Amino acid sequence: MKKLINSPDDVLADALVGVAAAHPSLTVNPSDRYIVRAGGPTAGKVGLVSGGGSGHEPLHGGFVGYGMLDAACPGEVFTSPVPDQILAATRAVDGGAGVLHIVKNYTGDVLNFQMAADLAADDGVWVEGVVVNDDVAVENSTWTAGRRGTGATVFVEKIVGAAAELGADLASAAALGREVNDRSRSFGVALTPCTVPASGKPGFELGEDEIELGVGIHGEPGRARGRLVSAKEIVGVALDAIHADLPLSGEVLVMVNGLGGTPLIELYVVYAAVAEWLAGHGVWITRNLVGNYMTSLEMAGCTITVCRLTPQLTHLWDVPVETPALRWGR
Amino acid sequence: MDTDLARTWVQAIAAAVEKHKDHLTQLDSAIGDADHGVNMHRGFSATTMALADYKADTPGAVLVKTGSTLISSVGGASGPLYGGAFRAIGKALDMAAADPRQFAAALAAGLASVQKLGAAAPGDKTMIDAYAPALAAFRQQADAGADFAAAAVAAADAAEEGMRATSPMQARKGRASYLGARSIGHQDPGATSTALIFRALAETVVAR
Repeated sequence: MKKLINSPDDVLADALVGVAAAHPSLTVNPSDRYIVRAGGPTAGKVGLVSGGGSGHEPLHGGFVGYGMLDAACPGEVFTSPVPDQILAATRAVDGGAGVLHIVKNYTGDVLNFQMAADLAADDGVWVEGVVVNDDVAVENSTWTAGRRGTGATVFVEKIVGAAAELGADLASAAALGREVNDRSRSFGVALTPCTVPASGKPGFELGEDEIELGVGIHGEPGRARGRLVSAKEIVGVALDAIHADLPLSGEVLVMVNGLGGTPLIELYVVYAAVAEWLAGHGVWITRNLVGNYMTSLEMAGCTITVCRLTPQLTHLWDVPVETPALRWGR
Repeated sequence: MDTDLARTWVQAIAAAVEKHKDHLTQLDSAIGDADHGVNMHRGFSATTMALADYKADTPGAVLVKTGSTLISSVGGASGPLYGGAFRAIGKALDMAAADPRQFAAALAAGLASVQKLGAAAPGDKTMIDAYAPALAAFRQQADAGADFAAAAVAAADAAEEGMRATSPMQARKGRASYLGARSIGHQDPGATSTALIFRALAETVVAR
């Protein structure tokens, strides 16, 4: 294992020190392990809290700031945060209008956020939750723990963050989050595995000419193994899977997201193929993100996320945002 | 099961988790995300520290404290599942000493907590596949009038058998379920840590 770390056990703590030092707009609480906007809660605004295992940076801490999250709770690498952290963050961002938890659909995240929400309710803080489950690679049935939350999380955080900034109440913010999730689908592909620092070994092994199709963002193996083919062919597999699940038409928001070990030039190659495929199916990309927004440590590969836009969602996407990892218009 | 035995049991679990940390993580990297050993180790290290200066009059108090500490330190699904189980077991042991029948009832409360939170059933390739047979074996021995040691050994044997039986199963809950049929052929890490917990109980009781 070759990593720029001081000790495998201190990766998260050391990184949080760096986050605090790099971003004066954020405050890091090192004992309760959460990242909040430096200004404290915004009175009368719904507070947005997300979180999950670390190793997906800039998700979620990099999305704390005006127009997106109020707080992020980083767990250990690939391990959900504990209820104490989430409860402390929830209390810290409550501006009197309630708090929305944005949770990726993994058993651990859902359980820990639910426990924190129950404890916050005991304190009189009104909490709603949105569970993101956009990954079409997992069958949503009684045979699995349900679809994973992946790229659509970034869309939910941006769009609901904008609505909250514009004065949406808790119930409508939660409903909007569910709408964005319902209109979004993702598919991921890995070219290499990644290594959790505390484990020291890659999560799986891939041959020189092999790829994992339908991979998640935790170094867990995907649904099937395939041969390395051209970017155009891989994009075809991903978009066929998305299109079969949610027929695409009209205007869409697309994210081509690097998993940590793929250079931007390859992400643009992928984006070109995505744009060509969608144009060929009469689908119009009106907004996009290309870059590393939700990584899986140093894994090579990408996720493709498509959201069917409405005029309201487009408007909210364009609302100014000012966070370490996403900023425009302000 | 009295207060001292509860403490010794938790210490024995912590030692077993430390010893098998890499094995648990290795099992988890095959079908999960390679952190089960690390997370359990962090949780039981925190528990050992929390119990060191914790005054308790009942085995239940020790186990409730254990559960709360696990919830606050493990993360993932294991934190709430194991933490909730120990809290439920502890809440059912609000007495100076529990006989095997009372302990069987407490174990049943723990399993009910796991099933409520995790919504998993036997055969889903989870910790329940070790826990449910262990509880059944313990209860059968207790109902037949066996002593605590015999019941605990039967439970540990049943847990390990259940653990091994998870290999051919296809996971239907937890992160391994994303693999579909590819989860077949791998022993479940959660069932493995559950078997460690029951073996630690048996060894603790027999040593006494």
